[in-house]
Amino acid sequence: MNWQLYLVLGTPLLGGALLALWGHKNWAAGLNIAMSIATFVAAAALTAKVISNGPIITANEQFFVDSLNVFLVALTAFVSMTTALFSRPYMRVEHAHGKLSDNRLRLFHSMYQLFVFTMLLVLLTNNLGILWVALEAATLTTVLLVSLYRTPASLEAAWKYFILCGVGIAQALFGTILLYSASEKVLGSGSGALLWTHLASVAGSLEPTVMSLAFVFLLVGYGTKVGLVPLHNWLPDAHAEGPTPVSAVLSGLLLNVALYALLRCKVLVDGALQAPFASQLMMGFGLLSVVVAAFFLSRQKDIKRMFAYSSVEHMGLITFAFGMGGPIANFAGLLHMTVHSLTKSAIFFAVGHAAQKAGTQIMDDIRGLMKVSPTVGWGLMLGSVAILGLPPFGVFASEFLILTTAMRLQPWATPFLLIALGVAFAAVFSKVQPMVFGETTAKRLPHPPALVPVFAHLSIVLALGFYIPPYLVDWYREAARLIG
Amino acid sequence: MHLPLASQIINLLAAILLLLSFAMLTQRRILSLINLFAMQGLALTLSTLVVAYSTGQHHLYYSAALTFALKVLILPWVLHRLIRKLNVKWDVETLINIPATMLVGIVLVILAFNVALPISQLAGTITKSTLGIALACVLLAFLTMITRSKAVPQVIGFLAMENGLFFAATSATYGMPMVVEFGIALDVLVGMVILGVFFFQIRERFDSLDISHLEKLKEE
Repeated sequence: MNWQLYLVLGTPLLGGALLALWGHKNWAAGLNIAMSIATFVAAAALTAKVISNGPIITANEQFFVDSLNVFLVALTAFVSMTTALFSRPYMRVEHAHGKLSDNRLRLFHSMYQLFVFTMLLVLLTNNLGILWVALEAATLTTVLLVSLYRTPASLEAAWKYFILCGVGIAQALFGTILLYSASEKVLGSGSGALLWTHLASVAGSLEPTVMSLAFVFLLVGYGTKVGLVPLHNWLPDAHAEGPTPVSAVLSGLLLNVALYALLRCKVLVDGALQAPFASQLMMGFGLLSVVVAAFFLSRQKDIKRMFAYSSVEHMGLITFAFGMGGPIANFAGLLHMTVHSLTKSAIFFAVGHAAQKAGTQIMDDIRGLMKVSPTVGWGLMLGSVAILGLPPFGVFASEFLILTTAMRLQPWATPFLLIALGVAFAAVFSKVQPMVFGETTAKRLPHPPALVPVFAHLSIVLALGFYIPPYLVDWYREAARLIG
Repeated sequence: MHLPLASQIINLLAAILLLLSFAMLTQRRILSLINLFAMQGLALTLSTLVVAYSTGQHHLYYSAALTFALKVLILPWVLHRLIRKLNVKWDVETLINIPATMLVGIVLVILAFNVALPISQLAGTITKSTLGIALACVLLAFLTMITRSKAVPQVIGFLAMENGLFFAATSATYGMPMVVEFGIALDVLVGMVILGVFFFQIRERFDSLDISHLEKLKEE
């Protein structure tokens, strides 16, 4: 029995159902936290099991856990737990400011748990069809969260999010159909032909023409959700207009999960083609995202929009790293996924409270956070320094690895990466600095802010910059080997 | 070239599907658009039934039943109810330059046939020649979405795209595994419910379902 796996999936599903009934009560935020902690404990148990006993295939081969996805399961459960911790005081303040009614609070809590469930299902399923279904469901659960405030801007953002991601993911369905038509010839029809483990074992004999076409569709489809340029248009709007806990999980988790879906497909296509077709496409899209997003950063006025563009930039960097491939680049990509996820969600936590204090998300109107609340100020400053890749934070380590590997394998790309990182640094730093220091306009909040999650995340990122424990290194290496 | 009867019927239905896609592209009345969508669902059901009968693939009977229930009965019914409640039943949209849109559509069809050619040659199904049409339907539905400025027609375009994808699944393979089809149907249904909620939110906020109100968020 793999009770850990069923608990990981069952807890958020149960949480979603319970909170759909009682999500407006006073204790609902507490229940939300309790469910998230339970999910995290189950995920930790599952991780321990996979590390000690090796990969698990269970329930008629419908679920499959190996080093690659268990790493993301642990990360997803952890960040969703800290986000639940953050969202309690944050949502209380929003409620006190009169931005949310009881019903919307219920919607938020219930959809939050279901969103976590769909992401974990994407990660754990072995069936590429179910993976598609779950990723689409992840979009559906977040659409109503983005429009939670019902302002014109948030409705527009949610509509854009729904239509763009819906169209994008329809392309991914076409890609999955093509993939199935290729695998059916080798494995016979029936649901066995969509199981990733079966596909991976016969990848070499899949029809290359169909597979390469399938990958183009899958890249466009899942790439829309990853936020790769030029398919990124929904991302800044959805991040800026939704409630901050939603921005944190969208940036920190959903983008990773979509990239994971793409990686699983890339392994199959690489096996079928014996040519770097998928790698080149991913490097191209990745590099384009890094450069375009870096130049958009300096033009932003809204603080959440700016950090949304920073997410596009970092996802581009990770996609580029996986495109290069090989043990070191994959290792760096996985490490960057971890540190970006932790840092970016920490930044959004700090940004959320900063925007509440200043009463606006416009950066020119947020001033002198350090005076009114040193913790929010330091959280934002340290988070920004970390995400910009300054040592000694962990982002520096992964960016350094990606850059040095790029110099060795793809020297032509290095100047673009360096320029983009430099531009991003100048843009973000020059905007964050006056927000943190100087005279203040901010006011006090009706509830104390939640800053434990911010500093918990940042200290993990800092620790990863100094020292990565050997078992973690082995784990990343194993996962990097699986991606090839 | 001599084709067996089943294959000829499937080709005929595929042609009807493509024709309906073009009709949807240029249909200005919301009410007629919904009816066209339901007809598309019916053509899809019939073609799935013919494939199921002629190849003996039993699970296709279930997916035909699912298609019929979802795309001929439930979704059109929900859409009819929605437009009645939203009071947009007799809305007529002003479409700019229908001939130009048609020409773009024809280019898309040629493109789709070219993309699908290598796969059709490899596919061993009796429906393989229709893959190009399926892809063309997807692209035409996409074009329908782009050219519309109202929320409901955009969503019908979105649903028509899903029809095209379903047709692609029966023509490139004999349909996806059942569990996946159920999942997709569930997603479509939930998506429709969410959109219904969304329509009311948009109208409540803007007093209209015109998407052109939703163009404020732009890069400065």
